[in-house]
Amino acid sequence: MEMETTGAQPGPANSGNGVRAPVTRRAQRRGWEQVSEHVIELFIRLCGISAIVFVFAIFFFVFREGAPILPRLDLWKFLFTPYWYPTSLGQARYGVGALILGTLSVTALSMALAVPFGLGAAVFVSEFCGHRTKEALKIVIELLAAIPSVVWGFIGLTVMNVAIQKVFRVQVGLNILNASILLALMSVPVIVSIGEDSLKAVPDSYREAAFALGATQWQIVCRVLLPAAKNGLLAAVLLGVGRAVGETMAVLMATGHAVNIPHSIFDSVRTLTATIAAEMGETAEGSDHYRVLFVIGILLFSITFLMNLAADLVVKGIRKK
Amino acid sequence: MQTADAARFAQTPFVRKKHRAELLARCVFGGMTLGMIVPLLLIIGYLLCQGAPLLSWAFLTTNPSSGMRKGGLWPALLGTVWLVVTALCVSAPVGVFAAVYLNEYAKDNWFTRIVHLAVVNLAGVPSIVHALFGLGAFVLFAGLGRSILAASLTLAIMTLPVIIASTKEALASVPLSFREACWNVGATRWQTIRRIVLPNSISGILTGVILQVSRTAGETAPIMFTGAVFFKNVEEGNLFAYSLKDQCMALSMHLYTVTTQVTNAPEPLPYAIAVVLLGTVLLVNAAAIAVRVYLRSRKKW
Amino acid sequence: MVTTNPPTTAFPVAGAAAPARRKIEVCDLRLSYGAKEVIHGISFDVFESEILGVIGPAQSGKTSLLRCINRTIDFTANARVSGVIKVDGEDVRSVKSVYELRRKIGMVAPLPVGLPLSIYDNVAFAPRTAGLRNKNQLDVLVEKGLRQAALWEEVKDRLDSLGTKLSGGQQQRLTIARALSHQPEILCLDEFSIAIDPVTTMRIEEVLKELKKEMTIILVTNLVQQARRLANRTMFLWKGEVVELDANQVIFGDAPKDRRTYEYVNGIFG
Repeated sequence: MEMETTGAQPGPANSGNGVRAPVTRRAQRRGWEQVSEHVIELFIRLCGISAIVFVFAIFFFVFREGAPILPRLDLWKFLFTPYWYPTSLGQARYGVGALILGTLSVTALSMALAVPFGLGAAVFVSEFCGHRTKEALKIVIELLAAIPSVVWGFIGLTVMNVAIQKVFRVQVGLNILNASILLALMSVPVIVSIGEDSLKAVPDSYREAAFALGATQWQIVCRVLLPAAKNGLLAAVLLGVGRAVGETMAVLMATGHAVNIPHSIFDSVRTLTATIAAEMGETAEGSDHYRVLFVIGILLFSITFLMNLAADLVVKGIRKK
Repeated sequence: MQTADAARFAQTPFVRKKHRAELLARCVFGGMTLGMIVPLLLIIGYLLCQGAPLLSWAFLTTNPSSGMRKGGLWPALLGTVWLVVTALCVSAPVGVFAAVYLNEYAKDNWFTRIVHLAVVNLAGVPSIVHALFGLGAFVLFAGLGRSILAASLTLAIMTLPVIIASTKEALASVPLSFREACWNVGATRWQTIRRIVLPNSISGILTGVILQVSRTAGETAPIMFTGAVFFKNVEEGNLFAYSLKDQCMALSMHLYTVTTQVTNAPEPLPYAIAVVLLGTVLLVNAAAIAVRVYLRSRKKW
Repeated sequence: MVTTNPPTTAFPVAGAAAPARRKIEVCDLRLSYGAKEVIHGISFDVFESEILGVIGPAQSGKTSLLRCINRTIDFTANARVSGVIKVDGEDVRSVKSVYELRRKIGMVAPLPVGLPLSIYDNVAFAPRTAGLRNKNQLDVLVEKGLRQAALWEEVKDRLDSLGTKLSGGQQQRLTIARALSHQPEILCLDEFSIAIDPVTTMRIEEVLKELKKEMTIILVTNLVQQARRLANRTMFLWKGEVVELDANQVIFGDAPKDRRTYEYVNGIFG
């Protein structure tokens, strides 16, 4: 795309209507510019809508594999009974009630551990730290977040298992408590980083005004910052919950393999996610069991979709302010 | 006069109580932070100790044998590399361009909000649901069968939203005035992006991509039924021992199977695998942080 | 024919036999951002080789007017433009290439912007995006642009250093060099002296007087005296309307046609 090949410089600007190059070459260049710009823009737009395409695709394909069994599935029995006997010949029963309770109990306990620690650490890193310590801590928390879930599961199976057996004097160390501690450690980085972001977003003028009134750091946090940042902190918690609900490998390895309704935190359970992971390898493609596992997938997808929607609405509430 | 001033600013009992509460709060929050970090360090140390006997170069470069009770990690290591590279070759370009669309081309209307919502939701999909999707879409519907390609595509879609989000943030950090200066001299939107915006957001983009490398290497669920396999022997030392149509072993999957399904494995073996996996992941993350720090120091404005 | 409103004096170029041609014709231009109209149907002409000063208080629509002329208003999502702007007789909204149009018009923004490239690349940016690759020709264009912007002597030994590291005054001259690098026929300056010191401002004003021979210049300024020094004619824009457009002797004299002009020019309001 040469502007000039004659070597002569463009003439002074006031020469009539300023033709500076052979008309054909100019027209070619003009045409090429517009066309290539349009092509590239089209490609970029396609990439841009890819996220929407994939979300729908995920729902579509999971639904496609699971749909054939839906008419035959008694939804009430499916969702609310705890009798999960998918491999029982002739009398297969698909009740995920116990699995839902398993997911709920593990999520609840892990959030009960993660939220206070996470928010506390977020407050510490954001308000009580010097600059160097802050950078160092943030790096550590980032590395904590990078640990793969299968490694956490492994830790649960070995270290945590033994530790729980010894400390709490129970027979079995693979239980709700085990998985919850792991999930808490996994969710804390999410809560800390988003929590820290929303605390950082509170304008410095709030802090300065409070300081000028003689408040201590702690009072500022308690009375000014936490209320001001509560939307962001809530979003952080919701995202942490979403992560806990969707976690697979760590709970697969650490909760034991008992499908039952838990009565204490030392009981073994199974979660929705672990069930799919554990049983999918053994099912025949197209069988009822196979399809029901896909239906559980639909259930999981819907739960996390709703949670993300809620978190997004909460965050939108911040932007409106 | 001095003493009167001093008396005015002396601490009252009320103020002392406030300071004590402050100190207490500082300790409590600091303790909470430590409460996360210390167990982590202890655990990593324990893993290292237990796995140390088996760690060696041979461990990394030989095939497993005797039902995986002896031998090394080579097929799993290579498989992980193949999965990561293939997945990122797909998700990095698509993710970067999607972020370019969102930050540079998209108008502020309801459609853009939906796209944004889709990105956030895609990020929140559980990894096992990604596995089901991969099974339904790539393995079955697209007829790829269980293969590295199917597993990589599944992983690519999993990492896509995070690459989009981090790239978008990097692009947004380039000031609008640069773009306006370019438009004023007759540059097209794409020329502006290509010459000014993208080169100056490369640090954020790279960091995001490298972090996804470590995440891809560690994921197990999405590859479980889409391409990862229990055991496979491949030619040692050959980087191209796999092809896209093959099934492969992977480090994450290998840790899972050895821990849960291999009986009578020597005790250090799973610890050694965990150390290799964890070490790889942490090293890649450290590289990402180093890249970020280095490129930030060379900031041009 | 384009009708003008309010009526402008036919503009004789000093010393020329025939009146100069119209370079830019604006007819009934209206601009709204969303529901708010900021330019209410203005019309005026700009003649070749003149400096047209545009004065007026803030929020009068001066910057928006310039953005309409070179069509960077297109990048503002909620802007709606109606009316006709013609450059060299061609409607700007139906030109074959809007990028060619923008290359015909040089734009200098109020705040200095050095692109994060070397000084050489800053000035070579525009020719390169237009497709020019020949190193020798680029060298010539860069030197010419930097000389015209009165920056050459200061930076000729460090063309490789980063444009963003220059001082404010130097960056503004770099912006002018960049605006001149694609050899525009029209130069628009939008309050160029806001962020620079008086000495640099004077140097640039000398430059503008030189450039007038080669191109048409629209000088938007909040410094009334600057328009008085440099412009041939001046337009007083107030709240999106042309209050008066006339030769400088009239606008800055004792009897401009509109009372408001007299008051603004003499500092009674604004």
